[in-house]
Parts: sequence; C-alpha cells; structure tokens
Amino acid sequence: MSDLLEIKNLRKSFGPVDVLRGVNLTLHKGEVLAVVGDNGAGKSTLIKHIAGVYHQDLGDITLDGSKVDFASPKEGREAGIETVYQDLALADELSVGANIFLGREPIKKLFGLFPTIDNQKILEETENLINRIESHIPPKAPNVAGLSGGQRQAVAIARALYWKAKVVILDEPTAALAVMERDNVVKLSKLLASEGVGVIYVGHNLVEILDVADRVAVMFQGQVVHVTRSEDTTQEELIKYMTGFSETKVA
Amino acid sequence: MSVLQTSELNKQGVNVSVIDKLSQRIKQKGVPVETFVVLLTALLWVVLSFASPYFLTEGNVLNIMRQVSISGIIAFGVLFTILIAGIDLSVGSVAALAGVVVAKLLVLGLPIWLAVAGAMGLGIAIGLFNAFAIFRLGIPAFIVTLAGLQAYRGGALLASDGMSVSGLPKAFSAFARGEFLGIPTLFWTMVIIGLILHFVLTKTRTGRYLIAMGSNQESARRVGINISKMTFLAYTLSAALAALAGILLVSRLSVGTPTAAMAYELNAIAAAVVGGASLFGGRGSITGTFIGALLFVTIANGANLLGVDPFWQMVAAGVLIAIVVYIDNVQKRRKSGV
Repeated sequence: MSDLLEIKNLRKSFGPVDVLRGVNLTLHKGEVLAVVGDNGAGKSTLIKHIAGVYHQDLGDITLDGSKVDFASPKEGREAGIETVYQDLALADELSVGANIFLGREPIKKLFGLFPTIDNQKILEETENLINRIESHIPPKAPNVAGLSGGQRQAVAIARALYWKAKVVILDEPTAALAVMERDNVVKLSKLLASEGVGVIYVGHNLVEILDVADRVAVMFQGQVVHVTRSEDTTQEELIKYMTGFSETKVA
Repeated sequence: MSVLQTSELNKQGVNVSVIDKLSQRIKQKGVPVETFVVLLTALLWVVLSFASPYFLTEGNVLNIMRQVSISGIIAFGVLFTILIAGIDLSVGSVAALAGVVVAKLLVLGLPIWLAVAGAMGLGIAIGLFNAFAIFRLGIPAFIVTLAGLQAYRGGALLASDGMSVSGLPKAFSAFARGEFLGIPTLFWTMVIIGLILHFVLTKTRTGRYLIAMGSNQESARRVGINISKMTFLAYTLSAALAALAGILLVSRLSVGTPTAAMAYELNAIAAAVVGGASLFGGRGSITGTFIGALLFVTIANGANLLGVDPFWQMVAAGVLIAIVVYIDNVQKRRKSGV
C-alpha cells in the first residue's frame, strides 16, 4: 500500500496549552487507520488539521506526495479530504440525493436557456449509489430528517464515496448508533477502503476499532505513541498506551 | 332504495378502499399542513358564497384578487428570509416608504418609469443594508428588521410630512386598475413573480442553497455554499418586493399614504407559516404562501361582507395561525416518533 497522507512533526498550541506535540502519522491508500486515545489526547485537533479547519504552528502535511496547506475545510474538500462529522452535517429538509449532491448539483438547460438542477440524474445516481453500498436508505424520501442515525451516517459516507474522496475522516461515526447500525457503518468503512480510499476512523469502542481497522494509532498527550497492525495487538495493550502505562513504540 | 344502493357500494369496497387508502396514507405520512389550509380556504369560499349574496359577484372576486396580489407579493419576499431561518419585520414600513417616495417623485413631475425606478432602488438599498447589518455586523435579523419597521415608517412619515400624497398622473393609477383577459393586472403581476420565484426555489441551485442554508447553515458552509450571497439575496429580494407592493398599492389607491401597509409584515409572515413554512428555516413554498395569503384575505373580505367586527377578524386570524402551527408540530412529532 502506498503512502497517501503523511503527517510530520505536527505541532499546535492554543495559548499556553500544547495540544499537538510533534505528531507523526502515515495513512496508506485503501486502509482503515483508527486513531484512538483518551479525551484530550489530541484526536479531534489532529483531524481538524487534516481537514483544513485548523492551521498548524509547525510541521508538514503531505497528500499524494505534495505538501498541502489548506486555508479552509472547503480547500481540503476540493483536494479530496472529506470529513464525516459526528453531527453529520446533513441538511435535514433536503432529500438524500440533494444532500449527496449539495454544492455540486448536475445542471441541465431548460429550453436550452435556463440552468436547472437535473433532479432525474440525481435520483438515478443516488439509487445506484445506495445499491452499491447495499444500504437501506429510501432514495425518494422527501428529506433526511426522518432517517435513522445509521441511515444518515450512510448518506454522509455515500457522499464521500460518490465524490471519489482520497481521504475520508470518520469522527466517532458510531457514537450515537444502535448495535445493528454500528455494524453497517463498520461495513461501509471497509467498503470505502476497498475502493482505494484512505479512511481515518476516530473512535472509543476498542472492540469495534479492532474489527474495522487495518492499523491503529494511539494518541497520548498530543503525540502518537503507538502504531500497530490490528491483528498484532489487543484491547489491553491499546489501553496501556492510551493511559500512558506503556513505553512509546511506533511501528 | 338509494340508501341500499349506497351500502351495496360500500360492501363492494369501492368507496371504502379509497377511504382506507387515504387514511392509511394519512397515518403514515400525515396530512401536509398546506392541504389543510387549501381545504379550509375552499370551505370558507363555499360557506361565504352561501352566507353573502355579494361574495361570489364579479366585483368582489376581482377585489379579492387585487388584495391578495399586494399581500402575496410581500409574503413571497418574506418567505425567502424565513427559508434561510431569518425574518423580515420591516416589509410593511418599506412598502409605505416606497409608496410615499414614488408618489412624491410623480408629484414632482418625474416620468413614471423614473419614479418607479427610484422607489425600487430605495427598496433594494434597504434590503442590502438589512443584509449587511445581519451578516457583516452580526446583528440578529429580528432586531435589524424590527428597527427597520420603526425607522422606515418614520421615514415615510417624514417624507410626506405625515400627510397623504395625492395628485398622481392617471396613467400611473391605470396600471393597478387595469385588467387583462378579465383578470386584474395586479393579479397577473403576482402570478408572474410567483412563477419565477417558484421556479428559482424548486429548480435552481440558488433555491436549493437557500433551503440548505436554512436547514443547516453549518453543513451548507462546509460544502462551499456562499452564505453571504444567500443572505444578501434573501433580504434584498424581500425589501425589493415590499417596495414593489408599496408602489402597486399607491397605483391602486391613487394616493401615497405614510400609514399604508400597517402590520402587513405580520400578515406576510402568517401567510408563509400557514402555507407550510417553518420559522426555523429550510421549509416553505410559494404555492403554500399564496394559499396562506388568500386565506387571510378571504377571512377579512368575508368578515367585512358579513359585518363582523374587525377586532374579531384579528382574533380569528391569530387563533388560526396557532391552530395551523400546532397541527404542523403534532405531525412532525408523530413522524419523528417523539
């Protein structure tokens, strides 16, 4: 697997507090890399730097071999980095298709003159996409407000998949979901990876992390203190690193 | 015999199946509040046509059409601000100010097109200022437009010395009093504006972005929707349409009155909300708003014809808004299973 995203010596302080203290991390194409750590370990700050929400004080982020320096999340998104936030960022009053295509709607000309949204194309593409991710989302639902948490999560992931994101950051995607829906999100994360996307999966549930991730990076006090393949570790070992009871080891 | 035939029909399931299907659909999806308002308006028309011999006369129907045109145009503009989870309380005052300005300019001898352009320009400038204060200065829309409600009304009173402005050219009044194919030109004006705005809302990216912004501003921002542009568009459109309605009102009455269009902002908001718009943003339609405006105009017209105390009209309108919003909320809660 080739390197897709490389983070070198990333540092960030908020006033006197050093939140990131020289983070080094590599994400490969087609892998799910889980980032775990206790509250305040720096996970959220790290993914916000990757997405372009924050700007580092020091250090480099390289995407596909080129250094990137996003001024906004929009720039990050245009470069192929999609973030699925905990609050999902869907427009409740719009349909599934309208959400997937929001900001990038296909256009057709009415009477060869007036640019209008090609709703037929949106619906067709949405149906294909839903079939592709084998999710039980009603493509014709008038809005996403009535969908379950898992279905909404699937819509957000489908959006990333459709727009051929290079990196998808899933920020605690199963935090508010029922068990069945968690399984679905895990399945979708693996699907994204199988399509060549690099997935960064931030989470707390270690059983789920060990199921979904190819590798796990543990953060402690603003640094990545341990990186391991999922099959080479255990929950107990991860917890040791998360709580600072083990020596730093980066694989 | 006829009773027997009806019951047989029921046994065959012809009527029953339709009712079953309908009730099943209602149980699943609820009745859209717009449907309720359409039915209520239709019922009101039926009742009033029996209650008053004047209601369905040509003169009265044309009168209703003219009244709904002015309030409809204002409500369409206000709908756009409600869609982005904002509000515009200044539209009645903007209409009065634009009306006084167009009347003053006409009395000064300016050509009609220039006087209208001047008043429209003022409306657009007010809309741009409202949007600037809301988006750039970060003052809540409610406060900005509440201040505007006072200030623009004051401006209208100042510009006219508190007096009505009369002596307008006949050609100016002829527009609002004219008809085309038997339908008032005012109504045609509203229909054309309504169709264009309906098209924008339902078919274009601009319409979708307004709804997205009202639905979840943060998600709209994250996908790169220009929130500033949408805010300026909504408030400028609202003020411009209010100015247009004010000009048309002067054309209809042949006089510019600084106290005209009083409380029209509340009627406009009520029309949009009764027509299915959510004050939390992201939901609403031109057709619903038109039906809402028609309902309120019908209530006022019917009450006048039946000699009902105008104070009771206000009570009835208030109760109606409360009932419709309550029904909408109950259905939403049922749908979301809360």
